[in-house]
Amino acid sequence: MKGRSQLGWTIVAIAAAVLLAALWAFPLLWAASTALRPEHETVSSVFHWLPQTWTLDAFRKTLVAGNMPRWLFNSALVSLLVTLVTMALSLGAAYAFSQLRFRGRGILFGLAMLAFLLPFEALLVPLFRTMHQLGLINSYAGLVLPQVVSPVVIYVFKQFFDAIPADFREAAVMDGANPLRILWSVYLPISGNIVWAMAIVTFIGAWNNFLWPFIIVTSNDMMTIPLGLTQTYDAFGVRYAQLMAAALLGALPVALAYIAFQRRVTQGFLAASGLKG
Amino acid sequence: MEMLASNTTATAVRPQARREGLPAALLLAPFALVFLLFFLAPAAQTFYLSLTESSLTRTSGFVGLANYATLVQDPSFWASLGTTFYFALLTVIPLTALGLVMALLVHRFVRVQGWLQGAFFLPYVLPISVMTLIADWMLQPSSGVINHLVGGQRAWLSDVHWALPVVAIGTVWWTVGFNMLMLLAGLRNIPAELYEAAALDGARGFTLFRAITWPALKPVVGTALLLQLIASLKVFGQTYILTSGGPYNTSRVTLHYMYETAFTQSDAGYAAAVAMAFMFVVIALSLLARALAKRAA
Repeated sequence: MKGRSQLGWTIVAIAAAVLLAALWAFPLLWAASTALRPEHETVSSVFHWLPQTWTLDAFRKTLVAGNMPRWLFNSALVSLLVTLVTMALSLGAAYAFSQLRFRGRGILFGLAMLAFLLPFEALLVPLFRTMHQLGLINSYAGLVLPQVVSPVVIYVFKQFFDAIPADFREAAVMDGANPLRILWSVYLPISGNIVWAMAIVTFIGAWNNFLWPFIIVTSNDMMTIPLGLTQTYDAFGVRYAQLMAAALLGALPVALAYIAFQRRVTQGFLAASGLKG
Repeated sequence: MEMLASNTTATAVRPQARREGLPAALLLAPFALVFLLFFLAPAAQTFYLSLTESSLTRTSGFVGLANYATLVQDPSFWASLGTTFYFALLTVIPLTALGLVMALLVHRFVRVQGWLQGAFFLPYVLPISVMTLIADWMLQPSSGVINHLVGGQRAWLSDVHWALPVVAIGTVWWTVGFNMLMLLAGLRNIPAELYEAAALDGARGFTLFRAITWPALKPVVGTALLLQLIASLKVFGQTYILTSGGPYNTSRVTLHYMYETAFTQSDAGYAAAVAMAFMFVVIALSLLARALAKRAA
């Protein structure tokens, strides 16, 4: 009796796993199946699951007709800058909060953590006004700057530094090294994994950021991929093979980053989420 | 001996405190600057703007609490808040429950866990507009695959009853991977000895889940629900791109209303009041959810 119910559960679990995996894979596979057919097949009155004629036409047209190369370049540049600046600022701040003794440390750290509580979305109007006053609308600086304020990253790095045994640092202090040197030559080398994980997660987050570019960018040439992809109807008209080709091209860089660094990505997302518990 | 030890550390720390002030300032200054400019100042400004009748680019006219007086009687604002809550209702529990099911499946089928986890998590790393482009194509009335499967020519995204639920389903596909990941980490933290001990007592299958897995996982589920609630309340991109808030504003959420007020009508003062109300709702609900979770635990 017990054996049979056990078997029943196994069958249910296998069925659920297959069904859910298929459902989750389907939209991307369907997009690929659409992008690989000639445009007239997408509106054909006869339905086909697979292209009748396989072609890369849609991908070629997407790269030529729209502003895709420019958006890809913008996204790469902005995401890279956001990642580099965020890492530099956050490592410095986290090290100071974790290892150095100075007046106002508790208050400053509390203030930085306040950013968890206030939703970024509520700051859009004054942020736009600030950017307008600084003349940074439609600029790379305008795109990058607000995205480098990342208390999550500081929090994760601080936790990591806190957990490093004090002997590590004391040995260096004895040698008379100054704090900047200690951060650089003692702490950074042993923080490789967590820095990589947070860097990849920051990069993916910046690549996918829709809301801020949507607010700060009005010129087609300054758009990033998430924003540009919403303009493709204007660029290509209602041409679904091309639209799906554009969607897949926009998905490719982050999908590859995830597949290449799967473990780091999951580690990073977990580190960034575990704190609000 | 102990006294002596604490004494020496106290004296050792003091001269250091002075020495570390400068490096600390150097290390903190860059972050402090961007934090001040792009977080603290805008936060304070949101409050100040909400007391004025400023336009998008010009600050003017202190009006006290007038914007808030308008807000409490503004049916569009309340409707947008209702839509936001409806979206949260459609997403928070389904996303958490489905994330749990996925986590259990990944945890159970060890040999294919890389593939399974990849399939569930991949959509989460994609830009929002990839999801909306594919959803829009799948839901296309005449040649979309959904209508091919269910029959008919329904225009899902301009249907008063279907628009928001359909956006919610797209959101579940797009973001459930994150919940799966959190809950999977929770599952992996349950010590194997607990299962072994229960198995020795003859527990199997669902009994094992109820006796060991669920009690150990409950706090993680609570966290997942809370994070999901906050994320769902902040919905904007999905509805904005897929439905533009329509039909008849039935899918216009609070952030969308704030956006329109500020950027279409250039009424920054009133938009700031909407932002303050939104902030209040998000913070109040997350504190409430946290208190409830604590009481349940």
